[in-house]
Amino acid sequence: MSAGIDLENVCCDFGTFRAVDNANVSIKPGEFFSFLGPSGCGKTTILRMVSGFIEPTAGAIKIGGKDVKGTRPNQRPTALIFQNLALFPLMPIWENISFGLEVRGVDKATRRKKAEDLLKLVDLPGAADKMVSQLSGGQKQRVAIARALAVEPSVMLLDEPLSALDLKLRQHMRAELRAIQKRTGVTFIYITHDQGEALAMSDRVGVMSQGRIQQIAAPRDIYDNPVNGFVASFVGENNIFEGDVGPVADGMASLTGPHGAFRARITPEAQGKALKLYVRPEHTRLSKTAAPENSVEMEVTEVAFEGAFISVHGLAAGGKRLQAEVKNDGVTQAPGVGEKVFATFDAARALLLPDANVRG
Amino acid sequence: MEDLIRRYGTGLTAVFCLLVAFWILVLVILPNFAMFEQSFRPYLPVVEIGGPKDVYGFANYGKIFANPVETTWFGIPVTIPIHINTFLLTVFYSALVTLMTLIFAYPLAYFLAKIASPRSIPTLLLLLFIPMWVSEALRAFAWYIILTFNGPLNALLKALGVIDQGIRWQNGVFTSYDAIVIVLTYCYVLFMLFPIYTAITSLDTNQIEAAEDLGSPWWRTHWRVVIPHAKPGIASGCVMVFMLSAGSLLVPTVVGSTKANWFPQTIYTWFNDALDWNTGAAYSMIFLLVCIFFVILTMRLFKVKLSDIAK
Repeated sequence: MSAGIDLENVCCDFGTFRAVDNANVSIKPGEFFSFLGPSGCGKTTILRMVSGFIEPTAGAIKIGGKDVKGTRPNQRPTALIFQNLALFPLMPIWENISFGLEVRGVDKATRRKKAEDLLKLVDLPGAADKMVSQLSGGQKQRVAIARALAVEPSVMLLDEPLSALDLKLRQHMRAELRAIQKRTGVTFIYITHDQGEALAMSDRVGVMSQGRIQQIAAPRDIYDNPVNGFVASFVGENNIFEGDVGPVADGMASLTGPHGAFRARITPEAQGKALKLYVRPEHTRLSKTAAPENSVEMEVTEVAFEGAFISVHGLAAGGKRLQAEVKNDGVTQAPGVGEKVFATFDAARALLLPDANVRG
Repeated sequence: MEDLIRRYGTGLTAVFCLLVAFWILVLVILPNFAMFEQSFRPYLPVVEIGGPKDVYGFANYGKIFANPVETTWFGIPVTIPIHINTFLLTVFYSALVTLMTLIFAYPLAYFLAKIASPRSIPTLLLLLFIPMWVSEALRAFAWYIILTFNGPLNALLKALGVIDQGIRWQNGVFTSYDAIVIVLTYCYVLFMLFPIYTAITSLDTNQIEAAEDLGSPWWRTHWRVVIPHAKPGIASGCVMVFMLSAGSLLVPTVVGSTKANWFPQTIYTWFNDALDWNTGAAYSMIFLLVCIFFVILTMRLFKVKLSDIAK
């Protein structure tokens, strides 16, 4: 049975340092939810509070609608997968996996059978009698998942479990984790600082910075409609322009600054705050001639071939760094270093955003 | 070896090697071999040494089987040679001391390694160490005073109302070896604490948390995760405490009752009072070999390898 998780005004202080500040989130049963943020943003603290290793300073955590205040980790229906996996090196694989069942007094034959079933589920049959040290990184990963699944948790908590793997294996395990989550229907809460991981796997993502949840939305929304500059910068690259915001009309506003006048989208929430203009490099086009609006002249300083696209870096007036991506489609021509080109973008693709939401 | 020469030069390397060789050969092997050789020769007046009567034999070893006495072991009457009786009781109570130190040291080691805040560790270790700066003899005498009939322990227990009459601790409450067991436990508990502390420190805290997260109660986490990891430390602590206790002469001499004989005292009597070094040597050899055998047997029983202990 999977369960939903509700964080209601959860705060966590370590001495005078506030690690998590007023977190509110409602995670649905069976959802794959990721907390994304740089190290020290409080995401691991949230995970440890849900698993019961830390008690919140204020607020309530509800698992399946029930307040779990004061419940020890061994009494909670959660299973945590540690960043370093924390497998038991002195037990064979099957005992590792069935440890949670051993605790519950299940007899040896049933435990052994369950361990072998779970090994099949995580695509690692025949490893039951091996020792942890005999497995590769990816295999250990699977054992850790099997060990957590063995106790049939309502919620799986994963603390950057893929960070120790190499790129290829990481991408493979992403798909694997997603598939296991779909198969078992358990609620997954996933912690990561890797935006690619969070965006690729999750149903919803919560982006965090300095203890605060900045935005909770579906991956696509997080990328396309970030609510502030921190979210926009953390989940991708941007060209950023400063300036003064003009009057708002039809959800659009103008921004006038040292690099000219631009037009971009503006949300009702952003109005009245100090704003900057954010536009993604892949939405920034390059042309020889200036466009009627949202156009900046720059000198190309670097052309980096990235395979599927070509990344073009340049300097605009006043040393402003700009970046554009040119598709490697065989038709579009990338400019050479030293060339003067115009960087242009659609007003509908640009956003006027405030800075990160931090404690005042 | 080449590495040593490259690092310290030929001269210094030669000094190192000679010192190590001197230590092993002259200070360890030679005296033990001399004892071993002596133990097979009879105790003779000086003029007859090297004479026709000075031949090798097992007579000295046979003496341990002499003088049967009637005694009771925990209420069961037995007839047994007196020195074998002393010997077995020494091994038994040394094992008891080992168990007692383990019971005290394990929780303390776990507390120091995993629960105490890292900032308080130096202070706590210092507090544990300070009593050990006092010599063993002084500590034994201090305990003699504590346990004496009009001593502070009885005074405290009377003041608290636990007892009406003073207890003769040195004569023993449970057995005549009580005082020896108490003081040996006190003297050697740190030899148990530090190997276990070191072993538990090297355990990844996440493993303890992982066990708890999987629903394990505290005792099962210790039984399945912490103790298996700390086993080499526990084993090396046990070997050290057992050998030190069994070999202790000073503590039983100072605090032991008249009824409690410790085997090293028997050996000492052969050397010092009887001046029969040959029999003393034979007893020492028996004691050494049986203790080593006992240790190896226990290690087998708990599936600990010698290489684990060396860590």
